[in-house]
Amino acid sequence: MNKPLRRIAIFCGLLVFALLLRDNWIQYVQADELKNHEKNRRVLIARYGQPRGNIIVDGRPITGSVETNGTDFKYKRTYKNGPMWAPVTGFASQAFDANQIEKLEDQILTGNDDRLFFNRTIDMITGKKQKGGDVITTLNGKAQKAAFEGLGNKKGAVAALDPRTGKILALASTPSYDPSKIAGASKKDSDAYNALKPDVDKDDPMLNRALRQTYPPGSTFKVVTAAAALENGKYADIDGPTNSPDPWKLPLSTQPLPNEGNIPCKNASLRQALRYSCNTVFGKLGDDLGKDKMLEEAEKFGFNKEVLTPVRTNASVYPEKMDQPGNAMSAIGQFDNRATPLQMAMVAAAVANDGKLMKPYMIDSLRAPNLNTIEQTDPEQMSQPLSSENAQKLQSMMETVVKEGTGTSAQIPGVTVGGKTGTAQHGVANSKNPYAWFISYAKGDDGSPVAVAVVIEGSDTLRGDIAGGKLAAPIAKSVMQAVLETQSDK
Amino acid sequence: MSSSTTNTTTISTAGPPSRRNTELAMLVFAVIIPVFAYANAGLALSDEMPSGMLSYGIGLGLLAAVGHLVVRKFAPYADPLLLPIATLLNGLGLVLIWRLDQSKRLAQRAESIGQVFAPSAPNQLIYSALGVALFVGVLILLKDHRLLQRYTYISMVVALILLILPVFFPPRFGARIWITLGSFSIQPGEFAKIIIAVFFSGYLMVKRDALALASRRFMGLYLPRGRDLGPILVVWAISILILVFETDLGTSLLFFGLFVVMLYVATERTSWIVFGLLMSAVGAVGVATFEPHVQQRVDAWLDPFAAFKTGGSDQIAQAMMAFGSGGVFGTGLGQGNSDLIGFAANSDFILATIGEELGLAGTMAILLLYGLIVERGVRTALAARDPFGKLLAIGLSAAFAIQVFVVAGGVMGLIPLTGMTMPFIAQGGSSVIANWALVAILIKISDTARRPAPTPAPTTDAEMTQVVRP
Repeated sequence: MNKPLRRIAIFCGLLVFALLLRDNWIQYVQADELKNHEKNRRVLIARYGQPRGNIIVDGRPITGSVETNGTDFKYKRTYKNGPMWAPVTGFASQAFDANQIEKLEDQILTGNDDRLFFNRTIDMITGKKQKGGDVITTLNGKAQKAAFEGLGNKKGAVAALDPRTGKILALASTPSYDPSKIAGASKKDSDAYNALKPDVDKDDPMLNRALRQTYPPGSTFKVVTAAAALENGKYADIDGPTNSPDPWKLPLSTQPLPNEGNIPCKNASLRQALRYSCNTVFGKLGDDLGKDKMLEEAEKFGFNKEVLTPVRTNASVYPEKMDQPGNAMSAIGQFDNRATPLQMAMVAAAVANDGKLMKPYMIDSLRAPNLNTIEQTDPEQMSQPLSSENAQKLQSMMETVVKEGTGTSAQIPGVTVGGKTGTAQHGVANSKNPYAWFISYAKGDDGSPVAVAVVIEGSDTLRGDIAGGKLAAPIAKSVMQAVLETQSDK
Repeated sequence: MSSSTTNTTTISTAGPPSRRNTELAMLVFAVIIPVFAYANAGLALSDEMPSGMLSYGIGLGLLAAVGHLVVRKFAPYADPLLLPIATLLNGLGLVLIWRLDQSKRLAQRAESIGQVFAPSAPNQLIYSALGVALFVGVLILLKDHRLLQRYTYISMVVALILLILPVFFPPRFGARIWITLGSFSIQPGEFAKIIIAVFFSGYLMVKRDALALASRRFMGLYLPRGRDLGPILVVWAISILILVFETDLGTSLLFFGLFVVMLYVATERTSWIVFGLLMSAVGAVGVATFEPHVQQRVDAWLDPFAAFKTGGSDQIAQAMMAFGSGGVFGTGLGQGNSDLIGFAANSDFILATIGEELGLAGTMAILLLYGLIVERGVRTALAARDPFGKLLAIGLSAAFAIQVFVVAGGVMGLIPLTGMTMPFIAQGGSSVIANWALVAILIKISDTARRPAPTPAPTTDAEMTQVVRP
C-alpha cells in the first residue's frame, strides 16, 4: 500500500503548497492594492489614529483634534469658526471622507507623506506616536472675518487676493456649514451631513461659491472689455470720445441694447463709460473688437481654465462659440459669459498689479511636525493680460468709478481705491433676482496689497448697477480695510 | 545524530531512539512561544502585561506536561512532533481568541444586535483541557489501535447518526451543523470525521481485495461488484444529503475527499480516483444548481468586493483586506483590525487575524505547522505495519489536510468559502476536542509502528542446532 500512500503524501503537499502560493499572492503581490482598497476601513482608521496636523492662518491653527472614545477612530477633527473657514479648510469626516485642503494635503496632515519619512523613523526609534504636519495658508484672518461677517445671512461669496503675489487673503462663501458637525462617525454627524446635501438644503451650504460657482459677471466684465480695447489699440486715449451711438442696436438684430437709467453714454470717453457703466459703449466695443480678440483677452485674465489653488476652481467661461450679438452681450458680462468670484478678483488684481497676473494660491508652506518647512510655494506669474502703461490707464478709470461713479460706497479715506460694480441679469428674460457684483483693489505706496471680488445672489429690491454699489461694495471695502490694517501693523 | 542521518524512515527494527526527550524540549518551546505571544498582544492592546498571563502560562504548561507524561508512559515510541505542534497551535489559538475578545468593535457589534458579548478565551481554555483529557483517555484506554477494527459497523452507524442529527436542530448562520442542548452546542461533523475514518479503514481492509480485483472492466474502468460498492455509494449519497439538508459544504467536501483517498490507498487503483472525482463533481454541480446558499458562496468567491455594492456578506472582502494590510511582516499581535470581519473573526476567519497581525511570514509558518502534522501522519501511515493502521493513519491525515485546505483556501479566497474551522486554532469546542482525539490516535499508531520488534527469546531449539556433534 506504500505507493498510493506516497502519492497521497504528494497530494497533501500540493494542497499545502497551493495555500502557501495563494498566501504569497495576496500578502505580497496584491498586498498594496488590498491595503489601499477604497473599502479598506484601515485607511480611515489610520487617518484618525493620531491627531491630525493643523491648518494654520496668521500663525494660529484654525483646526484641531479631539480625542474620542470611538471604537474605530481615536481622534476627531474640530474646527474653530468652522462656517467661516469651511471654504478654505473643507472638511475631514470619519464617515464621509474629506475634501479641499483636508483631502489634498491629507498625507501631510496624517504624517504619512514620504517627505516625513525621516520624522517618522525618528519618532519610531524614540517611541513617540506619529504626528501630522501642518499646512500654513496665505489667508488673512481679519480679511476673512470681514468678508464672512459682511456677507452675513445673504447668499454670496468673497474672494480676495494679494495682487503682487497671488496669495489668497480671503475666501468666504455663504450660507456655510460647520465642518465640526460632520467630523465624526455618529448618527448625529451623518444626519447633519445628509441635511447639507443640495437636494435637502436648496441653499447648498457645502458649495464653495468663491471657487466653484460661476455667475454671469455683469458689468464688472467691462474692465476686461476695456483692457481688450486698450491692448488692441482701439482707443488709446481714455478721455477721448468713443464712436458710440446711443441707442445702439445689437448687430444682426433690431433690438437696441439698453443702458440702465438715463446716463450720458453717447460717444462717452472710456473713463465716463466705465464710471456710468454704459452698456452701449462696451457692447459696441466688444463687437468692434470681435469675438477672437475678446476671447484672447479674457483667456489672458484666466477665463476658460481651471486654477489649482491647490483646491480646484471651476473654469470661468468666455464662450468660444457664439454669434455676433452673443459676443456683444458677453462683452458686458451677460449671455453665456460666466465667472467665479476668484476669477473676477484675479481681473482686479491684474489691473492693480500693473498688468501682471499672479497665479492665485492659498498654501504658503507645508511644515513637518518638528517645524521644519518641507515645501514652500513661490509666487508665480500666470500671464500678462495688459501692458503696464495700459494697466495704469485702466487703474485711473477704475479709481474714477469709486471716486465719483457707481462705486462710491467703497471709498476709504486716505487710500486710493479702484473698483467696478456689476449687476448681472439672472434667469430667462431677467426673471430671477440679479447678482450684485463688486470688484476692487486698494493701492498704497508699494503697489496694491489687496484686490477683492464680492458677489451677492438674490438682491430682492435693488436692480441696476446701483445694486453692486449698495450691496457688494461695502463688503469689499471692509475686506480691503482689514488687509490694510494688518499691513500697517507690520 | 549520525544514526538519524543514515536512518531516514521511522521504520526500523534496530530499536530507534524513543525521542521522548526531543519531544519534551520542543514542548518547552511550544509553551514558551504562546506565552510570549500573549504578553506581546497584551502590551500592544493596553500597554500592560495581561492579568491572566501567569495562569495562562501555567495552564498551558500543565496541559503540555500531562500530555507529555502520558505519552512517555503509554506511547513511548510515538512520533515526537505531533504533541508539540498541537500544543503550539492550540496555545497560539488561545492567544488570538483572547486578543479578539478585547476587541471593542466585536463587543459593540454584539450589543447592537442585542446580545451580551462574552469572551471566548476562557471557554476555549476549558475545551482545550477537555481535549487534552480526551487525548490522555485515548492513549490510556486504547491499548492498541487495532482494537478499533472491531467497531467497524458500529462506527458507521454512529457516524451516520452524528451526521443526520443536526437536521433536527435549528440552523445557525445558514447552516444546520450544530446540535444545540441548552447553552451547549456541538458540531458533530468534527467527531464524525474520525469515526468515519475508522469505519472506512475497517471496511476497506476487509474488502480491498474484492474491490480491487473482483471487478468487471467497463469503458476502461474497473467497476466493482454491487455488494462491495454498496456501503460506499451509501456514504456518497449521505454526503450529498448533508450538503442539501444541512447546507454544510465543508463537511461534505471533507467526507468525500477522505473517502476517495482511502479507497485509492486500499485498492491501489487510480480508476477509483477518477470514479470518486466523477461522483463528487456530479453531486457538487447538481447541488450548486438549486441550492442558493451554495450559489451565494460561489458568487462571493468569484467577486468578493461585489458585496459592497449588492449588500451581501463582505466577510471575504474584509478577510482579503486584512491579509493585504498585514503584508509581509504583519502589524504585530493586537495591532491589526481583523475584527472588521465581524462575528466569525474568531472562528472561521481566525486565519485572517494571523495574516494581518503576523503577516505573510507568520501565516506561512502556521500553514507549515499544519503541513508538518500531515506529513508526520503520512509517515506514520508508511511506517505502520498493519493495513488497518495504515488506512486509519492516512485517513486521519488526509482528513486533517483537506480540512486545513478547505478552510484556509476559503478564507484566502482560493476556493469558495465552506465554513469549517482551523484545527486547534479556531474558537470552537467540538473542533478542539475532536482534533486532540485525532492526534491521540495518530500518536498511538505511530507508537505501534515505531516500537522495536521484541527480541526473539532464545529457544532451546536454537541451542540444539548449535551444538552439533559429529
